Amino acid sequence: MPTYAIRVNGERHQVEAPAEMPLLWVLRDLIGLTGTKYGCGRSQCGACTVQLDGSPVRSCGLRISRVGDRSITTIEGVSVGGLNAVQRAWVAAEVPQCGYCQPGQVMAATALLTENPNPTDADIDEAMSGNICRCGTYQRIRQAIHTAAEEG
Amino acid sequence: MTNVQKLDRREFVKLGAAAGGGLLLGVSFPGSARADALGILTPDGAEVFHPNAFIRLDTDGSLTIWCGKADMGQGVRTSLPMIVADEMDADWSRVTSVQADAHPSKYGRQMTVGSSSVRGGGWMGLRQAGAAAREMLVAAGAAALAVPRSELRTESGSVIHERSGRSLGYGELASAAAELPVPESPRLKSPDQFTLIGTPVPQVDSTPKVTGEATFGIDVRVPGMLFATVAKPMILGGSLERMDEAAARAVPGVRHVVRISSGVAVVADNTWAAFEGANALECQWTGDFTMSSLDITRHNERLLESAGAIAREEGNAGAALAAAAETVEATYEVPYLAHATMEPMNCTAHVQADRCELWAPTQNPQGAQSTAARLTGLPIESVTAHVTYLGCGWGRRSRPDFVEDAVETAMAVGGPVQVVWSREEDMRNDQYRPASMIRFRGAVAGGRLGAFSARVAGPPLGVTDGGGRGGGGVDRNAVDGVVSMTYTIPNLLVDYSRSNVQVPTGYWRSVGPSGNTFMVESFIDELALAAGVDPLEFRLQMLGDHPRMKHVLEVVADMADWGGSVPAGRGRGIGIVEDKGGIVAQIAEVSVDEGEVRVHRVWCAADCGQIIHPGIVDAQLTGSIVTGLTMALYGEITIENGRVVQSNFHDYQMLRMRGMPRVAVHVVDSREDPGGVGEPAVPAIAPAVTNAVFALTGERIRKLPIRLSQEAASGR
Repeated sequence: MPTYAIRVNGERHQVEAPAEMPLLWVLRDLIGLTGTKYGCGRSQCGACTVQLDGSPVRSCGLRISRVGDRSITTIEGVSVGGLNAVQRAWVAAEVPQCGYCQPGQVMAATALLTENPNPTDADIDEAMSGNICRCGTYQRIRQAIHTAAEEG
Repeated sequence: MTNVQKLDRREFVKLGAAAGGGLLLGVSFPGSARADALGILTPDGAEVFHPNAFIRLDTDGSLTIWCGKADMGQGVRTSLPMIVADEMDADWSRVTSVQADAHPSKYGRQMTVGSSSVRGGGWMGLRQAGAAAREMLVAAGAAALAVPRSELRTESGSVIHERSGRSLGYGELASAAAELPVPESPRLKSPDQFTLIGTPVPQVDSTPKVTGEATFGIDVRVPGMLFATVAKPMILGGSLERMDEAAARAVPGVRHVVRISSGVAVVADNTWAAFEGANALECQWTGDFTMSSLDITRHNERLLESAGAIAREEGNAGAALAAAAETVEATYEVPYLAHATMEPMNCTAHVQADRCELWAPTQNPQGAQSTAARLTGLPIESVTAHVTYLGCGWGRRSRPDFVEDAVETAMAVGGPVQVVWSREEDMRNDQYRPASMIRFRGAVAGGRLGAFSARVAGPPLGVTDGGGRGGGGVDRNAVDGVVSMTYTIPNLLVDYSRSNVQVPTGYWRSVGPSGNTFMVESFIDELALAAGVDPLEFRLQMLGDHPRMKHVLEVVADMADWGGSVPAGRGRGIGIVEDKGGIVAQIAEVSVDEGEVRVHRVWCAADCGQIIHPGIVDAQLTGSIVTGLTMALYGEITIENGRVVQSNFHDYQMLRMRGMPRVAVHVVDSREDPGGVGEPAVPAIAPAVTNAVFALTGERIRKLPIRLSQEAASGR
């Protein structure tokens, strides 16, 4: 079985995995970072969203062999020393209901704000529509993104 | 709502001093905890007194409150401790909320369904528990300060003697309080004395839910644990005829392939290897069920042809309809729905010779525990069932089938195992919201509804287990939302024709009204049109006996300025329901955009009685609207030759951010006993939308999900 050296949240990990194993399961089951969630396995729901060099990707659809030396950020590493602006806004607005999809939502929103510090509602629709929330927290997500944008 | 007689039978059980000499107080109600081994459950716990508190006050003043109910986003880990802490006059900043493990009796009925965690007995039990603790602390304070109790008051975790300017913290009094008898009937606060109830205290678990630290069932990690999944019959109710497991075993990382009751478990070093192994299995499934969705519709249509069991009757609808100069008739239909919880079914189990430990995202902790006891043969006290966070519940997690999978698999491999269903298995092995139909007849005269009949045809819940609740051939869930209609109609008949189509059915958020209210409230709009009366006015005139409903309807009409101008190209519709103790009215504003219905705005007014946490209530109502919109716009499970067609979110779609309307929620101030908040905003949004579609296009939607005709889709 091949071995891959990947960089997750600034740390290097050696993992032994089949080339086609999705990053999602490498993170969850081999490295033990369970904040990234399994929802569909087909890049349909966004629960597994992580960032690859800062861009949001669905880790369930990304084979370990395709990661290369790009830097992976998961929910566990998205903020250093406390919550980031998106997470603070999420808590202030009490976005989470069940909370299962929220790591993916936070990863997608953080990536959005990095790329576009002042997103319009249309920008938010575009960036966040890949992330399903079955509890229906969308309205608060929208509000929290605007709040996080204002706080910069 | 609260049953006072049952409260008289209440029994506080003092469980002795806590570690460190603190006060440990439980509240229990003997006989209230039923072990729902099969998971067939009471959808509304209104009649059952099920307190669920367990309180520990330590000598340092820290207060721990165990939450016996499961958290699936409805915020019980915050709201239930709030109730206890308020009556106790505790310092909220010193409260720690802890998720309770399953216990046959300690926490009362732990089944978390039917929007019942607060309403009914739960609320009163928690208040009684807090009030009893407070009175014990006051008594201890009176002794310590040598003053009469009547001179003492309590506030934020202290007993205060105003006159002498002295006060004692609860922690200081905990040990002495623990020695005192538990008061029989502690005095409860009046609503104007509440300090926490009704306020937006920060929820206890928002932070772990945004950092990834919250542990859901799928996140449990036990040393030495293997990962598994289950291949289940493709045919509903089917079984395995034959399998070739060689290819599965050849998948790197696969350790075991074992037969279990529900199918074949593939056990591996990681979840992905287990999924790959299950995909590689060659299974031949067999089963008798060969119906398709069209057959099921035809079957229900046939059931509509003959009279069913009478579920509700007032006046003589048959005669009144026969005598009417003109009647309105329509047949409505709703499909099967999957729950599609964000976190697929899963459970982790470790079975040893003398004990079993479970970690389960379950709405039914006691059912999980008793299921494991039954399968392992262990006594119930040897089964520890931890309740994790639940990635949505929706009623799906009240069934312990996924617990059975984990326990059987763990027994087969002899070590800790986590069983995770793939999304595909989850969607194809659900207990679906039933597909059903209603044939309505109504007669209006002089602008009023004089006669109304509704014949409901569909399966009961739990149909594959011979299900059906309620007597006289009427399944009470199948007709809920029709029978519970609150309009005053002189001649009214509801009857029910049971279907036994063997598609598994179960509780789905808001249960009966999820479909029935769409059908009822759409037909009411048809009748309003026939009567020549505005849909709002038509409803108001039939709600004279229900002032709370009438008020909510008036509030929502004000919010939306019903009757005022509507933007060009948009239509508005209205719907209302009373469900699980909550009253919710909604107005939707829609357009047709590129052939599809787009919902732009929703106004929602609700009367849920006394609310505990306004932020949670707002979230539940808004989230329920998303549930209802998803159902109205997309929700449909179809059956083809006995197999579920849909498998994942690409063909079972969810409302997404771009489809989210602007939602305005107003909760009516109320001192009535708490009602449900987790479900009542689900049922009426679909008819608000379809009534809006009618207002805009003239097309009456009588079947969900909404599919516009070509004319309506192209705009008029």
